Formats: sequence, C-alpha cells, structure tokens
Amino acid sequence: MLLKKLSEAFGPSGYEQEVRAVLEEDLKDYVSQWQRDALGNLIACKPAATGPRVMIAAHMDEVGLMINYVDDAGLLHFREIGLDDRVLVSKPVLIGKQRIPGVIGAKAIHLQKPDERKQVIPSRSLFIDIGAKTKEEALERVKIGDYVIFATKFGEFGTGMVKGKAFDDRSGCYALAEILKEDYSIPLYGAFTVQEEVGLRGAGVAGYAIAPDLAIVLEGTTCHDLSGADEHAYSTVLGGGPAISFMDSSSIGNKALIHELVRIAEENNIPYQLKRSVTGGNDAGRISLSRTGVPAVVISIPCRYIHSPVSALKLSDLEHTISLVKLFLRSVEGGFRV
Amino acid sequence: MKELIKRVVETYGPSGSEECIRDLIKQEITPYVDEVQVDALGNLIAIKRGGGKKLMLASHMDEIGVMVTHIDENGFLRFYSVGGLSPFSLIGNRCYFANGTVGVFGMEKLDEIKDLSMKKIFIDIGVDSREEALKKVSLGDTAAIKREFNDLGNRLVSKAMDNRVSCAVLIEALKQVQNPVYDIYAVFTTQEEVGLRGARVATFGITPDVGIAIDVTRTGDTPKSATMDVCLGKGPTVKVRDSSVLCTPAVRRHMEQVAKANGIPYQLEVLEAGGTDAGAIQLTKSGIPAGVMSIPCRYVHTASEMVDYRDVEQGVRLIVKLMETDYQG
Repeated sequence: MLLKKLSEAFGPSGYEQEVRAVLEEDLKDYVSQWQRDALGNLIACKPAATGPRVMIAAHMDEVGLMINYVDDAGLLHFREIGLDDRVLVSKPVLIGKQRIPGVIGAKAIHLQKPDERKQVIPSRSLFIDIGAKTKEEALERVKIGDYVIFATKFGEFGTGMVKGKAFDDRSGCYALAEILKEDYSIPLYGAFTVQEEVGLRGAGVAGYAIAPDLAIVLEGTTCHDLSGADEHAYSTVLGGGPAISFMDSSSIGNKALIHELVRIAEENNIPYQLKRSVTGGNDAGRISLSRTGVPAVVISIPCRYIHSPVSALKLSDLEHTISLVKLFLRSVEGGFRV
Repeated sequence: MKELIKRVVETYGPSGSEECIRDLIKQEITPYVDEVQVDALGNLIAIKRGGGKKLMLASHMDEIGVMVTHIDENGFLRFYSVGGLSPFSLIGNRCYFANGTVGVFGMEKLDEIKDLSMKKIFIDIGVDSREEALKKVSLGDTAAIKREFNDLGNRLVSKAMDNRVSCAVLIEALKQVQNPVYDIYAVFTTQEEVGLRGARVATFGITPDVGIAIDVTRTGDTPKSATMDVCLGKGPTVKVRDSSVLCTPAVRRHMEQVAKANGIPYQLEVLEAGGTDAGAIQLTKSGIPAGVMSIPCRYVHTASEMVDYRDVEQGVRLIVKLMETDYQG
C-alpha cells in the first residue's frame, strides 16, 4: 500500500531520497516527465497547451533527529529537526540509511532528583543507545551527521483509521500521487518538496521554477478534537473532510480559490471543514510570494498527534481530499479568474 | 487633505481583505497617473511616467484586524489577530466586518487582568445562536477595528493611521508632483502587517532602481515612553534602521539632502522593533537601494493612532521633491 510505504520511508528534512524513490516508482506509469532540482524537489510535470498552470505541492520531509556527537561510552547525542523534547524519551528509533536500531534513553526515574522529575527531560540530557560499548564500536555502525527517524510501523486500527509516523506530510504526498494518476487538460505540476519542516525551503525554489498561475498546498495538519479541549481550539475535526485554511502564519489563502473549493465541495456533497487555527506555516507561504505572486490555498488532511512518533488519520478524509482536488482541477480546465 | 485622510482611515481593509481601500485609492489616483495595475496579491500599482530611472514608492494599504476562527452555539465568535494586536487594546473596543456587521470584544472571567490573552477574548455581534451569527459572518471573515477619525487641531487621531496616513501622503504627492524625473511606480501594497508580503512580489515585477517605503513610526514623546528620538510635529523621519532593514546609506543621504535643499524639517529615525516594506524591497532579486520616510505616530496598533498634520504636510512635500530629484546613487 502506497500510504504505508510513504509513512515508513526514511526522510527527515534534507534526506528525502527514499520518499522520492517511492513516489517515482509508484507514478512511473502515469507521469512521463520529471524534474529534479538542486535542492531535491521532485516535480511531476503534466504539460498541456492551454489553461492555467496549476502547481500542487506536498512536502516529502518529516521531522527527525541528527547525530552530532558520539561519546566515549558509545552513546549518540543529537539535535532535533522540527521536533520538541517532550516526545523523545524512551522511543525506539532507526539511524541512517542502514536503519541501525536504537533507543532514546535517559536517567531512570529512580535516579532522578525531585526537581528533575517535574521537568521535561531536555534533549541535551537524552542520548541514543545502539548497544555499543565504546565510541569506536558505535562509529563502526553510525557516523556524525546521520539522520534518525522513529521506528514506527504503519497499521490500521479502529474503523477506517490508520496510524503511523510522518503523516505530516506523507498523507499529502499520497493524495498528490493519487491526483497525478489521472490526466487533465491543463498544465499540471505536482511538486514533492523538500525541507519544509526547517523553513519551507524547497517550495520557494520549486515555485520559482514552475511559475504557476495558481497553487494548492496539500498538508497533514493538526487535529485537536480531543476530550478536554474547547471546541474553538479543535483546529480540525477527524472525519470532517479536507480542511481549507483561510490564513496561517505564512500566508492568507486566496479568497476566490477558497470560495471555488467550498462551492465544489457543497455541490458534490464532499464533506469539508474550515480550519479553526491559524498558527504554523507551510509551503504556501513561499509559493504565494514567488516571482510576482501566486494565488494559493492550503487544503489539509486532519492528523492527530503530528510531530510525534505516531500520528493518526481517517482514510475517508484522505479520499475526500483527493476527490475535492480532482474536481477542482476539472473545474479550472475552462480557465479560472482569481 | 484632512478630508482625504478621514476617508482613507475610515475605510475597511485588514491584511488580505484590501478590496475596499484599493478601490477608493484607485479612484482617487487614476486621473493623475498613466497606468494602474492590480497583481496576484492585490497590490495596486500606479505608474506615472517621467522618463529616466524607476522610482518605486510603497505605502501599505492594509490595516491590522482580526479573523473569525470559530462560532459557538450561542453565536459568539472566536478569532485570531491579523497583524500585531495586543489583547489589552481590544477590551471595550468594537470591530466591523466588510458587510457592516459590528461586534464588541468581550472577555471570559479572569482571576487577574494579566491573564488576559487573545484566547480569552470573544466577539459579540448581538445574536443568540450560531445560526443567526452565520447569517452575518462566516469563518475566515476579517474585521477591522472600529473607531472614527477625530481632528484635534494639529493632531489627528483614528484607527488605521498605520498606514493610511501614508497612503494619503502618496496620493497627495501624485496629485501635486509637476516634473517627475523618474518613471514613478506608486505601489499601495497588501499584507505588510503579516510579513511585508505584497511589497515583495510587487518589487519583483517592477525591479526599480531605487525604492522608498512610506510608513508610520513610533515616537518617544509621551509620559514614561520607551526611549526614542522621534516626536510628533518635528517633521517626517528619514529612517536609518528597523528590524527589517538597514536603509541603504546613499538613499538615506539623498533623502536628507533633498529635505535640506528644500527646507523641509525631518528627523532621523532609529526604530528598535518593527519592520517596513523597505525590508522586502531591498532584498529583491540582486538587491535594490531602499529607504523609508515615516510619519511619526503615537499609540501605534491601537484603535487610536495619533499623528501630527504638520508632519503629514511636510511628508507630502518631501515625497514630491524626491519624485523631482534624480538619485545619483
């Protein structure tokens, strides 16, 4: 299953090659023209003579860690890539291309001082144990600069739900890949971008190269429809369909595009929701500001627990996102005024 | 010109919703320029041809505001700020939407006032249910702060002096200029308050030889204010730096020389925090010489922003003279 392959692929920001390979393999019968740029963005090109140039972007990179020091006891120290300290302790991880297994360790609770027990263990006090006894032994298996991902297996659970790592934004990559499996009469550019989690870096150069007339960004986004949360703090609701953003910290959605998406969803009875939170940024921030400006909108798949070892989504949200974007592309085949 | 200022400050136009203010400015300037364009981000670009180099003058037309993120079952709205607003500036104030709907900012019960945050504030639009509210507003709608223009004599006060007073300066300069020595690109930019966004793409399209932003700046002339050597009434400022830009020294010197040569009072401005469109202009493509003229303004980002009319008049004079004096670089 493509979503399983994408979720389990090894791809923190700056090391997206495995994800790229999964996508190229999956789309080889559907996309004949590819561009790969200097930053590693993978762009599926479906050219056409007429109609607006549409760019759809989904980022391939995930949050992770990078090894920056190996100590004399053979323990690995690291820096975070888009992660925070609270989700790290006691997690199984995989290191580097060889997927060397390791465990993020910390001082056992029995040995912690009362003060320490009250605090989140900072990442500088954590380390990765790969079962090596010395620095030399550890360096036979890993090296400085190796990336680290969570060792999370993809799986189905509940009713129509899946769990796995990196749904932000492999769920968007999945949706984009499925969208690219059909043909449209407009020039369509599917950009699988790099380094979103460290500053929307890939999307800026991809947007410049493609110079689209309009852009859609597909994201796996926060979903906080949980017990104890105020309704206005939900952000999105699982099972509520694709979430359309009006604004986030990096861009304000183009109103004409938002209205068109809402119209299409309502006419075709596709469930949709309007995202209730406006924090966080995404590739639309860079794409909308490339060259002389690009009308852009963000459509997100609600994912609980993102930026952690495991996230959860509802497959129906994913399918509805794909349907909505496909219908949108059909609707702009005759042109679109923003 | 006070009448023009009143109209531009009282017009609706938070970041991303600049349609109304754009239409007003467009109508105002069209007789005085050769060409008017609107780009993908909504920037209004007016071209007045005088030959020679390209001079870009940028004044952002968006204002701070709020965006609706949730409507509860009793019809109360939750929101997020569009641009830098303090929660303390909202309580007791009102806002209004593009369709005229008025709302009041109310707050949840707090144990201490210092606990106030945006999350504790809601908007009451005078309805009893979500259904009624939805007839007036939708999620994603933006509202501007509601507060009228008052003429206090030399001093003028209103919401949205940031940055409509500069829009008025640029409009008036376009009307007054006689002999421009440039192809002038007067740009009324969008989304400045959320990250200098409009200016960035407008500059890319224009590629000017020199860019000057017009904005408001803070002052240090009120009781126990933060230290800042800018006062109301001592003239517009020539900016040295803010968080977004170190103004190109040659542009700054040029602006000072033009002011001195024409007997226009000015103040040098060193702004500790805050940014302007010049920050985006300067870093476009391979780099563009950029400067800023500011109108001093008290109580920035509140419902009652105050400027001095004499600074505004001198600001117009300086912009007109800058349009008429060649920048040697």
